[in-house]
Amino acid sequence: MLNYDLVVVGGGPAGMAAALKAKECGVNSIIILERAETLGGILEQCIHTGFGLHYFNEELSGPEYAYRFIDLVEQNEIEVKTDTMVLGISADNVVTATNNQEGIISIAAKAIVLAMGCRERPRGSLNIAGTRAAGIMTAGTAQKYVNIDGYLPGKKVVILGSGDIGLIMARRMTLEGAEVKMVLELMPYSGGLTRNIVQCLEDYNIPLKLSCTVIDIHGRERLEGVTIAKVDRNRRPIKGTEEYVACDTLLLSVGLIPENELSAAMGIEIDPVTGGPIVGENRETTHKGVFACGNVLHVHDLVDYVTIESQIAGEGAANYILALEEEAIYVTTKGIDGVRYVVPQRININSDKDVKLYFRVGQTYKNAKIFLENNEEIILSRRRPKLAPGEMEDITIKSEVLRELPVNSELIVRVEV
Amino acid sequence: MNKEMVCVACPIGCSLVVELDKAGTILSVAGNQCKRGNEYAITECTAPTRTLTTTAKVLGGITPLVPVRSAKPLPKGLLIESVKLINALKIKAPIKIGDVLIANVLDSGVDIIASNSCPKM
Repeated sequence: MLNYDLVVVGGGPAGMAAALKAKECGVNSIIILERAETLGGILEQCIHTGFGLHYFNEELSGPEYAYRFIDLVEQNEIEVKTDTMVLGISADNVVTATNNQEGIISIAAKAIVLAMGCRERPRGSLNIAGTRAAGIMTAGTAQKYVNIDGYLPGKKVVILGSGDIGLIMARRMTLEGAEVKMVLELMPYSGGLTRNIVQCLEDYNIPLKLSCTVIDIHGRERLEGVTIAKVDRNRRPIKGTEEYVACDTLLLSVGLIPENELSAAMGIEIDPVTGGPIVGENRETTHKGVFACGNVLHVHDLVDYVTIESQIAGEGAANYILALEEEAIYVTTKGIDGVRYVVPQRININSDKDVKLYFRVGQTYKNAKIFLENNEEIILSRRRPKLAPGEMEDITIKSEVLRELPVNSELIVRVEV
Repeated sequence: MNKEMVCVACPIGCSLVVELDKAGTILSVAGNQCKRGNEYAITECTAPTRTLTTTAKVLGGITPLVPVRSAKPLPKGLLIESVKLINALKIKAPIKIGDVLIANVLDSGVDIIASNSCPKM
């Protein structure tokens, strides 16, 4: 049995930032376990720029952003095992992992940071009728083929879902010589960042069809075309609007799911809206000494926010290891009236820190007001010219305000137009 | 005349309103939260630019490709031509992050650089 103070599961941006922060806070015995061949996570295939604008005040590509942290991990001599898959974590924080050098290994940890990221929703979760022809894949799979392996997976492309990866791949496939016919979005708004709609679709005259979906798939061996249709307010296809679109490739960019098999198996409570663990302001889950950060906790639109959140988790884990944690007296958070979720879901009012609440809205708003309330009293309000489901928002509550809140009360975040 | 656009300088994506006179001269920019928005509106109305990101072939590296990008934004009209030049490259490993692969591409004054390292096989 190996022993470490901190075991970090996942070597993407979240895992690296958490490990580095824990080291900075005085934890010396740290190991990062990474399933892939290298550190960096999904950033390695995200070759477009736009990373780091908030954190580094520079516009970097995904690999460049990852490189800065990989470099720091090496400089700080943090141990890393790549090609290593975590199989399970016991109730007393023993991590079981496997790789082809050591077989099955057990690592006893004082604290654990969960940073496994997320994965894409596949075709199977959409229930689209039609054949199982080749040429249907998630946008991220296509991204790996094009950017890492050097294959163009098709020449005539339809993209279903206007998430950021779908938008990015619309531009990427176009630059590599494919014809991207259209991007379809079931909802009446795009789930991607506005800047990606401008830079990836409008720049290349790729139409974005809102309130539209794929209702049938054609082709035996290889995809030959899809039937698309407009949908009504209840997202049901409207009769008479069907249209056949010839294509050899269908990319799916229809959402990301936090990868929480390990967390759920060890009994950590999962928030049904985020799909990630319920955490406190230090990103500690409902299991003592186990923390979570990055896309495993809730799906982020910007890696910069992943880094910031993971530093909170790294510091939280360090405080736990070094026995610096304050006794916990919680208030819970909740989003209502258009606010789909709030992270963290609970706050230790003894923590003596200002706490940033991150949240997402369920629809687009213009000139909206965000209210933070407790016991029907407004604590603070902020004006926002624009709110969109694709863009995470935050609001900060001061420690002196937190301290005065009644124990076990609820902090409500809501939107009003 | 007013022109509406979304700033793409960063992921916030401010909605901008640019006021232009008949000759196309910019009179004012509104809606931006930082000064990058102002600059974006001006270049977008006069000479729009974009950062180019793509991949180039590697010989003898641990991966078949290396990601590349323009070190600074390129004029929009040069993007497709630049991709053709990059696609014709065959670069010998090892490559270090930040290496200049094409200096001053199409006389734009902008270099094409490697945006990741690629060690030798």
